Amino acid sequence: MSVATQDAPAAAEPAKRKRAPEHRPGLSRWLPYLLLAPAVLLELLIHIIPMLVGIWMSFVKLTKFFIANWSAAPWAGLGNYKVAIDFDNAVGEGLLKSFGVTIAFSLITVAASWILGMAAAVALQPTFRGRSIVRTLFLVPYALPAYAGILTWNFMLQRDTGFVNHVLVDNLGLTSNRPFWLIGGNALTSLIVVATWKLWTFAFLTLMAGLQSIPRDLYEAASVDGAGNIRQWRNITLPSLRPVNLVLVLVLFLWTFSDFNTPYVLFGTAQPPAGDLITFHIYNASFLTWNFGTGAAMSVLLLIFLMIVTGIYLFVTGRRSRRA
Amino acid sequence: MRETRGFKIYRAVVLFVLGLFVLIPLYVMATSSLKPLKDVQGAFTWWPSNLTLAPFVDMWKTVPLARYFVNSTIVSVVATVFSVAIAILAAFAVSRFRFRGRTVFTTTVLSTQMFPGVLFLLPLFLIFVNINNSIGVQLVGTRLGLIITYLTFSLPFSIWMLAGYFDSIPRELDEAALVDGCGPMGALGRVVLPAARPGVIAVAIYSFMTAWGEVLFASVMTTEANRTLSVGLRQYSTQTNVYWNQIMAAALVVSIPVVIGFLLAQRHFVAGVTAGAVK
Repeated sequence: MSVATQDAPAAAEPAKRKRAPEHRPGLSRWLPYLLLAPAVLLELLIHIIPMLVGIWMSFVKLTKFFIANWSAAPWAGLGNYKVAIDFDNAVGEGLLKSFGVTIAFSLITVAASWILGMAAAVALQPTFRGRSIVRTLFLVPYALPAYAGILTWNFMLQRDTGFVNHVLVDNLGLTSNRPFWLIGGNALTSLIVVATWKLWTFAFLTLMAGLQSIPRDLYEAASVDGAGNIRQWRNITLPSLRPVNLVLVLVLFLWTFSDFNTPYVLFGTAQPPAGDLITFHIYNASFLTWNFGTGAAMSVLLLIFLMIVTGIYLFVTGRRSRRA
Repeated sequence: MRETRGFKIYRAVVLFVLGLFVLIPLYVMATSSLKPLKDVQGAFTWWPSNLTLAPFVDMWKTVPLARYFVNSTIVSVVATVFSVAIAILAAFAVSRFRFRGRTVFTTTVLSTQMFPGVLFLLPLFLIFVNINNSIGVQLVGTRLGLIITYLTFSLPFSIWMLAGYFDSIPRELDEAALVDGCGPMGALGRVVLPAARPGVIAVAIYSFMTAWGEVLFASVMTTEANRTLSVGLRQYSTQTNVYWNQIMAAALVVSIPVVIGFLLAQRHFVAGVTAGAVK
C-alpha cells in the first residue's frame, strides 16, 4: 500500500499524494482502523455477536428456567427447528400461516407504495405553483414517529367511534352494519392501508430525486418525435429509473417483511390471525411463552429466507441488466 | 413531459386523492386532541362539540408523560450525539483512506441495516441480562441500554451517507490543510466537517428520528423507570377508559419536534438518501 512507503517530505511530491492525504506514515497506517474502532465495536456488540448468539440459541432448549444462566441450557440439536417447521402441530402451523399472511402483506404493500410514490413523483415532475408545499406535505407521514401515525389509525379504525366506519356507514351508507377493522378478517386490509400510508412517501421521496437526474433533452427530443406523455414515461422515465427502482423495491420489501411497529401498535397483544405478521409472531412466540429457543430458530429461518430472496433478486436483476 | 390537458387532470386527481390520504389522519389527530372525552367515546364527529384544550392539560396527569418525555429526550439526544460522532470518524476513514478491510467493513455494516430487528432482539436481551448477572452493569430497564442499542441503529446509514458527502468534498482542500501543518484529524475538523455540515445535520436528524420512534426494543428493554414515549403512549388505554383525545394530544405533541426538524432538513436528507441509489 502506498501509505507505508511514503518517506519523502509531503510537499515535495504532490503527485504521489493524490490518493490519501496523510503525513506521518506510522500513524497513518493505523489511523483508519482507530477511526473505525468505535463503530466496529458497537456493531459487534449490538448486531454481529447477538446474531451469532441467536444462531447458538436456536440449537439449545432455552426456556425461562435458563434465561439468567444460559450456559446450563441443554443442547437441543435441530429440535427447535423441527418444532418450528412441523406444520402438523400448533407451533409450526401458526408459523406457516403467519408466513403466508406476511407474504401477502409485503407484496401488496410494496406494490401499492411504489405505485402511489411513482404517481405522485410524476405528477410533481414539472414545476407548478405550490409544488414545494405539496412535496413537504407528502413527506409528513414519513417524518412522523411511527407510533404516532399508527395510533391515529388505530383510533380511526375503531368500530364504534372511528372515522372510517363513520364515513363508510354513516356518511356514505355503503353497508348497514359496522365492520370490525382491528379484529377478524379485515385486519390484513387495515395493516396494508396503514403500512402503505407510512411507506409510499419514502418511495415518493426516492423516485422524485431519481426523476431529477433524468436530462430534460430526452423528453424534448421525444416530444419532437411526437411521443405522448404515456410513451415518454414508458420509454424514458421507467428505463432511466431502473437502477433506483432496483434498490428501492428491495429495500421496501425487506422493511415491509420485517415490519413490527404496524401490527404491534395497531393490535396490541390481541393479534388477529389475519394480521399475524411474522416479526410479531416470533416476538409473541418468544416473550409470551418465554421459550427463546424456538423463537431463535424461527428468527434464523426468517433470516435465511430473506437472504435467499435477496440473493435471487440480485441475481435475476443483475442478469437482466447484463443482457439489456 | 408536456403539460397537456390530460396531464393537468392526472395531476389534479393524484394530488387530490393522495392529499386526502395523507391529510385525513393528521386532521383526525388534530381535531380529536381538541375534543372533550365524551366526543371520542361516541360516534365520530367531524368537529368537536365544544373546543377544549383540556386534553393537552390532562394528558400529563393520566400517565407520567413528563417522565416518558424526559426519558425519550435523554435517550435520543445522547444516542444521536454519539452516533453522529462515531459515524463521522468512520465515514472519514472510509472516504479518505485506502486500507485493508475497507470493503468488508462497508458491506458488513450496511447489511446489518437490512436484518430484521427481531433477529437480534432476543439474543441482545439475553446478553444484557447476563452482563448484568456477571459484571453488574444494568442494561435492561436503564437508559444506558437503550442508548447503546439505538445509536447502532442509525450508524450504518449515517456512515454510508456521510462517506458519500465526504467523497463530494475535493481532496485538494484536505491537502491544502495538510500542507499548512494540520494533521489528518485537523483536516477533518477544520476543512471536511465544515464543508459537510448539511450532511451532518441530516444524519443527526435521522439518528434522532430513529431513536425517538423506536418501538420494538423499547417494548422489551424498558420498565416503568426508563419507559420512553413510543411505549408510554399505550398507557392511556386502561381497563375502564381509553382516553383517545389525550392520546391524540400526546401524539401531536411528541410528533411536532421531529416533524419540524425533518421538514427543515428535508433537502439535505433527500439528497443524502438518494445519492447512493442514483449513482
